[in-house]
Amino acid sequence: MDQTIYRSHVLICTGTGCVSSGSRDIKVKLEDELAKYDLTNEVKIVETGCHGFCEKGPIMIVYPEGVFYCQVKPEDVEEIVEEHLLKGRIVDRLLFKEPLTEESIPSYKQIDFYKKQKRIVLSNCGRIDPENIDEYIAIGGYEAAGKAITEMTPQEVIDEVKESGLRGRGGGGFPTGLKWQFTHDAEGDKKYIICNADEGDPGAFMDRSVLEGDPHRVIEGMIIAAYAIGADEGYVYVRAEYPLAIKRLEKAIAQAEEYGLLGEDLFGSGFNFKLHIKKGAGAFVCGEETALMASIEGKRGMPRPRPPYPAQKGLWGKPTNINNVETYANVPYIIKEGAKAFNSIGTENSKGTKVFALTGKINNTGLVEVPMGITLREIIFDIGGGLTKGKKFKAVQTGGPSGGCIPAEYLDLPIDYDSLKEVGAMMGSGGMVVMDEGTCMVDVARFFLNFTQSESCGKCTPCREGTKRMLEILNRICAGEGKEGDIDLLENLAHHIKDTALCGLGQTAPNPVLSTIRYFRDEYEAHVQDKKCPAGVCQGLAAAYVIDEAVCVGCGMCAKNCPVDAISGKPKESYRIDPDLCISCGACAEKCPVDAISQG
Amino acid sequence: MSKISLTIDDQIVQVEEGTTILEAAREVGIEIPTLCYHPDLSLHGACRVCVVEDLEKNILVASCVTPAVDGMRISTRSARARRARRRNVILLLANHPNDCLGCDRNGTCELQKIAYSLGIRREDVDLLAGERRNLPLDDIGPALKRDPNKCILCGRCVRLCEEIQGVSALQFSNRGFDSIVSTAFGLPQSEINCANCGQCATICPVGAITEVSEINKVWDALEDDSKHVVVQTAPAIQATIGEEFGLEPGTVVTGKLVAALRKLGFDRVFSTEFTADLTIMEEGHEFLERLQENKNLPQITSCCPGWVKYAEHNYPDLLDHVSSAKSPQQMFSALAKTYYAEKEGLDPEKIFTVSIMPCTAKKFEKEREELRDSGYKDTDAVLTTRELARMIKEVGLDFVNLEDEEYDELMGKSTGAATIFGTTGGVAEAAVRTVKEKLTGEPLERLNLGFRGVNETKVEIGDRVVNIAIANGLKNAAKLLDEVRAGKSKYDFIEIMACPHGCVGGGGQPLPMSKEKKDKRAQGLANIDKNKYIRKSHENPMIIKLYEDYLGEPLSEKSHKLLHTSYKKRAKN
Repeated sequence: MDQTIYRSHVLICTGTGCVSSGSRDIKVKLEDELAKYDLTNEVKIVETGCHGFCEKGPIMIVYPEGVFYCQVKPEDVEEIVEEHLLKGRIVDRLLFKEPLTEESIPSYKQIDFYKKQKRIVLSNCGRIDPENIDEYIAIGGYEAAGKAITEMTPQEVIDEVKESGLRGRGGGGFPTGLKWQFTHDAEGDKKYIICNADEGDPGAFMDRSVLEGDPHRVIEGMIIAAYAIGADEGYVYVRAEYPLAIKRLEKAIAQAEEYGLLGEDLFGSGFNFKLHIKKGAGAFVCGEETALMASIEGKRGMPRPRPPYPAQKGLWGKPTNINNVETYANVPYIIKEGAKAFNSIGTENSKGTKVFALTGKINNTGLVEVPMGITLREIIFDIGGGLTKGKKFKAVQTGGPSGGCIPAEYLDLPIDYDSLKEVGAMMGSGGMVVMDEGTCMVDVARFFLNFTQSESCGKCTPCREGTKRMLEILNRICAGEGKEGDIDLLENLAHHIKDTALCGLGQTAPNPVLSTIRYFRDEYEAHVQDKKCPAGVCQGLAAAYVIDEAVCVGCGMCAKNCPVDAISGKPKESYRIDPDLCISCGACAEKCPVDAISQG
Repeated sequence: MSKISLTIDDQIVQVEEGTTILEAAREVGIEIPTLCYHPDLSLHGACRVCVVEDLEKNILVASCVTPAVDGMRISTRSARARRARRRNVILLLANHPNDCLGCDRNGTCELQKIAYSLGIRREDVDLLAGERRNLPLDDIGPALKRDPNKCILCGRCVRLCEEIQGVSALQFSNRGFDSIVSTAFGLPQSEINCANCGQCATICPVGAITEVSEINKVWDALEDDSKHVVVQTAPAIQATIGEEFGLEPGTVVTGKLVAALRKLGFDRVFSTEFTADLTIMEEGHEFLERLQENKNLPQITSCCPGWVKYAEHNYPDLLDHVSSAKSPQQMFSALAKTYYAEKEGLDPEKIFTVSIMPCTAKKFEKEREELRDSGYKDTDAVLTTRELARMIKEVGLDFVNLEDEEYDELMGKSTGAATIFGTTGGVAEAAVRTVKEKLTGEPLERLNLGFRGVNETKVEIGDRVVNIAIANGLKNAAKLLDEVRAGKSKYDFIEIMACPHGCVGGGGQPLPMSKEKKDKRAQGLANIDKNKYIRKSHENPMIIKLYEDYLGEPLSEKSHKLLHTSYKKRAKN
C-alpha cells in the first residue's frame, strides 16, 4: 500500500462521460505539470468513477478544500497547478455557476445539483478510485459482507432485507427480500445468483456508472445475497458495449479474489462464492430475466413463459436469484446501517433512494440519486436546473421504452413505484427524459415503439406482429396520412399486446403510446384530423420555415446549415427560405443566433 | 402427485398437479385452438392463440404453458379471451400470403382451419394490413422447400429438429418483425447438415415447409407414349394413403392402391417390398460374413436415406459399419432398368421409374451421382404419399370404392418380412428371420421390438448370441452411435430409421400426424405380415427366381454392381 502522505488530492473523473469529453488528456497534462513543479510527492492524482454531473464534465475536484472544477480543458491544467496547487488561489473561472444567478460555487456540496440528492448507491462514485480495493475497504467496504457472513444467519440477512423494504431497481419493483426468500427456500444443492447489468434503455446509464465508479459495492451486495440464498456461484451479465465497466469489474473481482473476499472459505466461514462475468451481445431483450439466463447458457436470448420462476428453475435449471446492479448496490448499506436506516428514507411502499439518468431538454444532464417520494418538480427544476433555453416543460418520460410520458399536471407528484404506475408510467430502471414544448408526443411514442419493435425477440405473435402494426399506424399519422379510427385502433392494439404478450418487454411495449394518447390525445387528433403537428416536428406535417426580415442580421448561418439549399441571400442582407424546397427540418432555426426563424 | 380441482367454463375439472390448463380443458372435451403447441415437443408459449381468461386474477394466460392451479377459475370463451385469440390470429394473417388456393397445405393448414373456425374475414385482416415479409424461397434442393413468407414462427420445426432429431438444422434468426426461421448462415437447406427427413414438413402447421413436388414430372412421363412408366410402392404406403380419402389410419388398402396406379396410367405396378426382400438377402449375407469375420460390427442398416445422409455428416468415421446394400428403392430402380428391361425386351432408356414413398429423403437419394448403376439415372421420380393422393384426387378416382387389384408379378411379389420394413424394428426382424434360418435352419419367433425410440434384444443363433438394437428418430440414433464411436457398443446389428416410428411416420405421409395415428399405421402393417402366406424373404419365389435367372447368388459380382453402394463424408454445417 502507498504510505506517502499527500497535502492535496486531485480527483479526476474517469467515468465514461468525462472520458469522452477528454479527462484522460487532463490527467496526462496534470502529471506533466506536477512533475514540472516537483509536486509529484505532494499532490496525488486519483481517478474516480462518475460524479453524475456529466453535463459539466470533465470534472476535477481538489481536496482538502473540495473545490469543484468543471468543463476543464488540458490548457486549464497549468493554471490550476500554478494558481491553486502552488499558491492556494482558487481558479474562479472554472467553478460551477448556477444557471439562474450566475454565481460561482466553489464546493460541490453547495451546488443545487447535489444538494437535494441522497447518495447511497452512488456514495462512493467520484470519491474513490474504483480500481483500488483498498480505497473501498478504507471507507468501510466489505464490512457488511463480513458482518452478514460471520454474525448473521442467512435467514437473518433475508429478514433484514425484507424489513428494509428494498424493491427491485431494475424496473418491476418486486420486493427483494421476498425474492431472496423464494430462492433460499427452493430445493436444490446448487443455486446461482445473477446480477443483471444488461442496461439497455435509451439514455440510461445508471448501472454503467455504478459498475464503473464503485464495482466493489456491487460485488459485496452479491456476496451477501449469495450467502443469504445459499448460492456458491454467480454471474454478472453485462453488456459488451460497456468496456470500461467490464474492465473495472474484472479488476475488482481479481482484487477481491486476491483478498479472499471471493473464492473459497470467505471470512473463514466455510462459505464459498465464485463470481463470473458474462458479456452480453447487446440485445435489449436479454434484460428480461429468462432471456438473460438463456443467453448465459449459450442459447438465443428469448424469454420463456413463467412459471417456473427462476427461483425454482433458473440458470441450468437450478434455483436462481436475479437482481439488478442498483438493487445489489443497496444491500451493503442495509446490512451495515440496518434496515431502519434504509426504510426511514422514502415513501410507505417504496423505501430508500433511486438513481435516475436525467437527460433530454434539461440543463443539468447527469446521474442523480434521490430519496423516493421526491417530486418530479424537485428533480427537474431544483436538481436538473430546469429546461434548456428557458423553454416550457411539456412532459417527462420515465421507465424507458416500457414507461410512459408524464405531463406537467403531475410535476408535484411524489414519485415512487406505485405513483408512477398510477399515472401510466413506471419506475423502470431509472431513465428520465425531459421534453419541452418543441417535442411532438406522437413522434416520441413512435421513437420508443420503433425501439421495442426492433428489439423484440420475435417469439410471440402480439409483440412481433402487433408492435409492427402499431408502428406502421404511428408512421402514417406522423406522415400526415393518419386515418379516421387510427387512434382507437392504436389503443385497441396496445391493450391487446399488454394482455397477451409473453414477456415484460412485450407487455410494456405499448406504454409510451398509451400514456401519450392518455395525456396528449389532442396532439394525435391534430395529426390525424387537421393534418398538423402542433410541435412542428413531424416533417410530413410541418409548415415551411420563414425568416423574419426585421430580425435577421444576415449572418448566413441558416443558409450554411440548410441541408437542401432552400435558403438564399447575401451576407449582411436579409435571407429568405424557398417554401417549396424547405423540408421543415428546423436546422436553420436551431442555428439562428437571433431567433429570426420560425415555422410559418 | 396430488389431484387438484379447477373450473373451466363452469365445469369442475379434476387433474393431476402439473397439468396445464390446455391439457385439463382437453380432458373434459373443451377444445382450445393452438398453433405453436405440439404434444411431442417442449412447451413454447409463443403464438398466444390458446389464451384463456383467468377469472380470479383477471388476466389472460396462454393455456398451453400455464399450469392448472387448485381453485383456479378459467374461461375459454369470455369475450376478452375470444377477442384476444382472434386478434392474434388476425395478426398472423396480416403477415401471411393471401395464397391459400395455391398452397400445398390448402385443406390441411392449421392456420386456415383456425381462421375459419374463428370466423375471420378478409376485412378483419385488411384493417391491419401493412408490410408483409417478402423473402426469397429456399427451393433449390431436391427434397424440401421452404417459404419463409408463410412461416408463422411457431418454432415447431425448430424444436422438432433439435429435440427429436438432434440435428438443429433450423433455428431462429434476426429480431422483431425481421425474425425468421433460418439455416446456419442462411444457406439453402439442401447445403447444410440436414437429413432431408422432412419431419419439419410434417410438423409445420402451415405451408412453410413442404416436399418438392414431382407431380408434373410424373404426369409428363405418363402422357409421353414413348415412355414405359414403372412404379414401385413402399411398404408403408398401403397402410397410410387411405387417410387421404377419409379412411381410418392403419386401414390396409393395398389392392386399391394398385388399382389407382393402373388407372393413373402406370405401365407396370410393382412393390418396393420385392426389393425389401432382396435387401434382406444382400444385407443378411453381408451380416453373416461380418459375423463370421467379426469385422465392422455392429452392422448398421442402410435402407433409410435420411439416416444415411445424417451419418455422412455426423458420423463419417462409422461409415464402414453401414451396410453397403442399397435401399430397396434404389435396388428396385437399378433392376427395373436391367433385369426387368431384359425380361420384357425393353430399351432401358425408355423406362421411367417412379417410386411412391412415405419419405422426402428418398427424393434426395435418387439424385445421388453414384446411383446410376443401370447405366441411367436409376430412379427418375419420387412421389410422397401426399403427392400420389393429390394425383388420385385430381383425376377424380373414387379411391375407397375401387376394386382391389394385384401387383404385377415379376417385381411385385413380397413376403411379410418386407412389409414390416415400413415400421421401426421391422428391418431388424426381417433380417434376423433370414439370417437365423440360413445359419441354423431354425425359424425365428417374433422379436417384438415395438415402437420405443430405442430398444434392444438378443437372439441366439446357433451357439452365438446376437445383440440387436433399433433406434428411430435421429437423436435416439445418436445415443447408439456414440457408443459405437467410443468402442463401447455391445451390439452386432443396429437398425436406424430417421423418422420417429419409422416410415409410417415418414416425412411424406398424410397430415396431420400424431403418435396414435402412427401406432395404428404400424399395426396395419403388422396385420399384413401376420396374414401373409410367406413371411421370410428368402422364401419369396420371385427372389429365388431373380437369383436363379439373373444375379446368381447374394453378394455375387452382379449383385455388387447393381445392389451395393458406397458413402462419403459430408461437411457438418
